[in-house]
Amino acid sequence: MLAAILLGFLFAIFLVFAGKFFRGKLAVLSALIPGGLFAYFASFIPQISSGEIISKTYQWVPAFGVDLSFKLDGLSLLFSLMITGIGFLVFAYTASYLRGHKYLDRFYGYLSLFMAAMLGLVLSDNLISLFVFWELTSISSFFLIGFNNTNPASRKSALTALGITGFGGFFLLAGALLLGSITGTYSISEMLSMKEAIAGSEYYILAVIFIFVAAFTKSAQFPFHFWLPGAMKAPTPVSTYLHSATMVKAGIYLLMRFTPVLGDQEFWNITLIIVGGITMVYSAIHALFRTDLKGVLAYSTISALGILVFLIGLGTKAAFLAAAVFIIVHALYKATLFLVTGIIDHQTGTRDVTKLGGLRKIMMPVAIAGILAAISSAGIPPSVGFLGKELTYEASMHAETFTIIIVIAIVLTKILLLWAGFVAGIKPFVGKLPDAHKDVKAPGFLMWAPAIILAVLGILFGIFPMLIESALVKPVVSSLGADASDYHLALWHGFNTVLLLSAITIAVGIFLYFFLKPSAKLESRIGKLEFISPKSITEKGTHYFSVFSAFWTNVFQNGYLRNYVTTIVLFLVVLVGYVMFGNPTVLIDYRQLSEVTAYELAVVIILIAGVFYTVFTKSRLAAVAAMGVVGLAICLIFVFYSAPDLAMTQFSIDTLTVILFVLVLYRLPKYLTLSDYKMRIRDGVLSVALGTVICLLALQVLAEPTNSEIGDFYAKNAYIMAQGKNVVNVILVDFRGTDTLMEIAVLSISAIGVFGLLKLRLKSTDRSQ
Amino acid sequence: MEILLAIIIGVLYAAGIYMILRRSLVKLIIGIILLGNGANLLIFLLGRITEGAPPIIPEESKVFLEAYADPVPQALILTAIVISFGLQSFAIILVKRAHKVVKTDDLDEMNATDEDS
Repeated sequence: MLAAILLGFLFAIFLVFAGKFFRGKLAVLSALIPGGLFAYFASFIPQISSGEIISKTYQWVPAFGVDLSFKLDGLSLLFSLMITGIGFLVFAYTASYLRGHKYLDRFYGYLSLFMAAMLGLVLSDNLISLFVFWELTSISSFFLIGFNNTNPASRKSALTALGITGFGGFFLLAGALLLGSITGTYSISEMLSMKEAIAGSEYYILAVIFIFVAAFTKSAQFPFHFWLPGAMKAPTPVSTYLHSATMVKAGIYLLMRFTPVLGDQEFWNITLIIVGGITMVYSAIHALFRTDLKGVLAYSTISALGILVFLIGLGTKAAFLAAAVFIIVHALYKATLFLVTGIIDHQTGTRDVTKLGGLRKIMMPVAIAGILAAISSAGIPPSVGFLGKELTYEASMHAETFTIIIVIAIVLTKILLLWAGFVAGIKPFVGKLPDAHKDVKAPGFLMWAPAIILAVLGILFGIFPMLIESALVKPVVSSLGADASDYHLALWHGFNTVLLLSAITIAVGIFLYFFLKPSAKLESRIGKLEFISPKSITEKGTHYFSVFSAFWTNVFQNGYLRNYVTTIVLFLVVLVGYVMFGNPTVLIDYRQLSEVTAYELAVVIILIAGVFYTVFTKSRLAAVAAMGVVGLAICLIFVFYSAPDLAMTQFSIDTLTVILFVLVLYRLPKYLTLSDYKMRIRDGVLSVALGTVICLLALQVLAEPTNSEIGDFYAKNAYIMAQGKNVVNVILVDFRGTDTLMEIAVLSISAIGVFGLLKLRLKSTDRSQ
Repeated sequence: MEILLAIIIGVLYAAGIYMILRRSLVKLIIGIILLGNGANLLIFLLGRITEGAPPIIPEESKVFLEAYADPVPQALILTAIVISFGLQSFAIILVKRAHKVVKTDDLDEMNATDEDS
């Protein structure tokens, strides 16, 4: 199973090297990859439908409980078949749709990367690896949306989609870690047995919210839905594959996967019903105001996703059954409609539905596919869409609370979706062919065949529901933790309320189709309300965020060294000062201190005088000389307190520094006083505060006991191990010899730098001399 | 003497930071040198000071027989002195060079990367 998932990644890598062979006629061969995978997953159908669950575990990071463990059950199988099956058709379709495109191989690379990531997502049984695959789908989606990288709108949409789904991915990780800390495992199968422990945990609500945000962003639920219409900037195969059939259902998958773990709780159910309900009605209404075919389809997709979320929220067996069937229904008809739209766009160059009509005369097979898909989307018998709609109505009629409102909402949504399906699937093909499209050519076989296949399947599954019943639908329901063995899918259930509702839906929908034509006027009307949409609010939010970031950065990264230093020193003084102020006693054990002799006192006075002279003199030469005095005084302190090596080093280095300074002194700038009185006072106060803090700190540390273990080790072993009697020297050249070697290297680099700076002749900047 | 040393360290730190906060480049270098001296003395003091007992093993014995100053802080400071010389010499030459090229000693006039400004 690992090989099946990795195949897509390997093919993507292979294309990096062998891409040029796949740009031409061979491109269609890449469809063999999803096709083969489809056959592979289809071979599991008998096992899965008999109730088996196939799992495989490969260790990845066992120390953290992160494994590459895969589980194939009814739910995963349905999604895997959708991913590979629709993938197969989309791969083939792309070969014709993007024929001769300069970056066709790149496109296939992204597509197969996406396919592999998506397979990994639906097969993962480990939350962390699920998260990794989840993020991979977001990234490959980013590349695919932004495939037309010369178009600014396309790049912007890609960024928006990545931003929103990446934001959700972050919550998925948080949710995964939270669930992991509640249960002590990242394995989803193991979490199944800990349902009570999770529901009883105080973090239950938080974990559910995290999972919800992840699912809602990925599956474009209100108020995160707006990235999906933007994502329609992608080439149509991408919209078909990612943004209607597979990736946007990842959120649905996540919710379904966690239904047996987190579900059946009031918070879970009610939130999903509300969010799903708002989304399905809101975006179905939005679809009415679009003239771009892809816009209509995008909003109707969001609405369909809302229905799925809503059904999962209902949480009854009937609802799960409806959801399972509706996933299949939606994947079949929506992918068909997208493919059809793609063909229309490709052949006529427009997607504006008000300008399209009568295309059946040119592309009959496409028209058949479109009409069949529209029938399935409308839920007219005998399509599988009818089955899905019946089940959905039945599930909502048995809702526990607010039944009337729920039923009205779902019927309204279905009526509007019928309208959207008809506009996208039927309207471009009927009526009069506009003069502008008289010379439109018929599409190639590779383009219309996938659409026809999907559309026909949509009708076939409706007439023979047993084809999908035990193979796909029931295993899904049992993965969700319900038993559906006593239920039989059938087109005809007798005369009842559900049938009545269906009839009303179809009648009203068709009525609406004939009386409400999509128009630019309607579209501009909704455009006026754009400023309060979640999209523009988010955009404004990100705009102000970047303005604020720029302001914040400029405050701190202002380019003035002294401001940085001031900030650091001030922070240090305030922080350390605060701690010391809370504990003001400085304990000094006077008995332990060494005495002060007269010559020591003299050195201290010279040193302090030297420092003050260095700071306050107006002459460079005097400042450098005074600094030399300070260095020599420190040298004497080293002599007094048993550090002959330090004294020698300090003496030579101090002398060298002074000599160097004096050598270049007259080449150096004049010693100007640049700051005014106030600034000097301010800096002076700050410096004195720092000095005081350091001084008190040193005294406090002196009161603490010291550990001379390391020193003792060196002292004991200096002669025995290293044959040297000067311990300091032995440490430097023997025990820590490598450090000293590095130090020499640093000094050499510095010397080369000095030499270079002295000898360098800067042509461009030296021209003034 | 420890108290006096602590005061010296405080004075060196204060003077060093004060000089670093000036706009003049030469003062900046002097500030860095003073601050470095302060830091060296701080390490020296916190390693505890010992009078008249350098960490050198007597001629005729293999190990110390009497008390000795801790060699570790001394080794650290020795390294620090040498490294700070590398820094100082490079900084001095860099300032000289920069002054020659851009004709200013004012840090505030040097915070743009453009040649013309």
